[in-house]
Amino acid sequence: MFELIGVPPQALFGQLLLGLINIINFAHGAQYMMGAFGAWMLLQYVGIPYWGALLVVPVIIGATGIILERLLLARLYHLDHLYGLLLTFGLALIFEGLFRKQYGSSGLPYANPIPGGTNLGFMFLPWYRGWVVLISIVVCLATWFMIEKTKLGSYLRAATENPTLVRAFGINVPRMMTLTYGFGVGLAALAGVLAAPIYSVNPIMGSNLIIVVFAVVVIGGMGSIMGSIVTGFGLGVIEGLTKVFYPEASNTVIFIIMAIVLMLRPAGLFGTPR
Amino acid sequence: MKNYDMPIFAALIALLIVAPLAIYPVFLMKVLCFGLFALAFNLLIGYVGLLSFGHAMFFGFSAYISAYTVKVWGWPTEIGILAGTAVAAILGLIAGAIAIRRQGIYFAMVTLALAQMVFFFCLQAPFTGGEDGIQAVPRRPLLGFIDITRDINFYYVVLAIFAAGFLIIYRTIHSPFGQVLKAIRENEPRAISLGYHVDRYKLLAFVLSATLAGLAGGTKAIVFQLASLTDVTWQMSGEVVLMTLVGGMGTVFGPMVGAAVIITMQNYLAGFGEWVLVIQGFIFVVTVLLFRRGVVGEIAALASRFGRRREGSARMAGSPATGH
Repeated sequence: MFELIGVPPQALFGQLLLGLINIINFAHGAQYMMGAFGAWMLLQYVGIPYWGALLVVPVIIGATGIILERLLLARLYHLDHLYGLLLTFGLALIFEGLFRKQYGSSGLPYANPIPGGTNLGFMFLPWYRGWVVLISIVVCLATWFMIEKTKLGSYLRAATENPTLVRAFGINVPRMMTLTYGFGVGLAALAGVLAAPIYSVNPIMGSNLIIVVFAVVVIGGMGSIMGSIVTGFGLGVIEGLTKVFYPEASNTVIFIIMAIVLMLRPAGLFGTPR
Repeated sequence: MKNYDMPIFAALIALLIVAPLAIYPVFLMKVLCFGLFALAFNLLIGYVGLLSFGHAMFFGFSAYISAYTVKVWGWPTEIGILAGTAVAAILGLIAGAIAIRRQGIYFAMVTLALAQMVFFFCLQAPFTGGEDGIQAVPRRPLLGFIDITRDINFYYVVLAIFAAGFLIIYRTIHSPFGQVLKAIRENEPRAISLGYHVDRYKLLAFVLSATLAGLAGGTKAIVFQLASLTDVTWQMSGEVVLMTLVGGMGTVFGPMVGAAVIITMQNYLAGFGEWVLVIQGFIFVVTVLLFRRGVVGEIAALASRFGRRREGSARMAGSPATGH
């Protein structure tokens, strides 16, 4: 039941953050997958356990994101955003291909760091799922606070409206974009580490995720950060319920909701028409 | 400026007529099917500015319908292909009506999500045969007398389908309707202010593109006697984007050049497995960064620069005479 509630909020969130700076990051799914692989590799080759990976992996993957942004993405900002989408799609293919080449497409196991669980009366809650839900809520709220309530967040929002003007005030907009991209990618990697013990670590886990994330972004609309959090969690509940009552539709329910929302409210549930 | 499109097209068809003497016909048929698919896709991205990231749903679903009607219901080949095409058109009408409600990058995300829905439908629906797909689709005589079990005969049929598809698209983009599409691509608010029902134009273009993608998919199902999940995956949607990008978005011949390049590459690299994915990704990155106009677009740009220089020097040489 905690499929979507538990894992993708960070990934969704990273994408929302990037949406704020007008990047639709197709490589987001691949970076999530690399987060999961990062945790697995640290344990396998270096012996760093889960809790270490939780801190180290997002930083490493985020740093690779910063390099990619500086070397490749930043060259496309002056063009139609579609080119950024195509570039990140290419990157996603490269990452997925390399990991499939190396590890095959069957999953690798990752041991659960917090085994056991508790019976809530109406359902059994594994401790690990509870931990994932907790950290998801904390990260979501922290990111929301950073964007909506801090000075840095207001700079960022202003820079997306009018970068030239914000630069005239002496704010280094390109560096801010770079750091935001790195942070968004880091969130994707964090989601990957969190997902590793729940799903097996798998090179194709990212491409399945990214399409759902896109659908959630379309449903929620880009207008409000809080709206997107609500949408993400709400859809997670709906998907979970569909799994229980009508499992055949659990894969498609999000897309069906997306179609209905687009017919009724083209700008998304919380979006403002532009 | 003179338009050389039709002479080039005639030369290309002449070349394709003799091509089976040197090249394996099944390979050529694959190139033609994907070429038509890419041309259909290019109608949207190149002339309306809509990036559809879900065109595999029309290609693949039509392939399933054609394969199923021909194999299980025993329909004649040509009716089977047309049935697939018609279903793709209906699917295009539904998907298009939903997708055109958003612009730009969101259009791409919506089409991708809709295509994923179609993918899951095909994965779970009983008639598609799940992971196996629909195999061993019979090649019955076309129109009752053309024996298409021989590859060479079928090749000329596929070539005729491809040429018809090309001419439909060419006619469309050079018609008043096509001019309105280009106006929408350049400046949508202005097209609206001029009184055009932009959504209607977009939807019609989307349906046309979906229909032709369906025609390509249905034909492909008969050529390979197979319809499978591969044809409806997001990777397939990505492949057609790649073909069009490499060949040149918004050029008349680009998509088929791109299709030929990518299919040839896949053919040579078939033994390398996952590296194909990596190399395709790499081509995406390099093309987007360095050759955004694609092969045909770059050649056209070179030719026009050369043409302008010649024109310029001619004018300069003639200027003393016309000066007074």
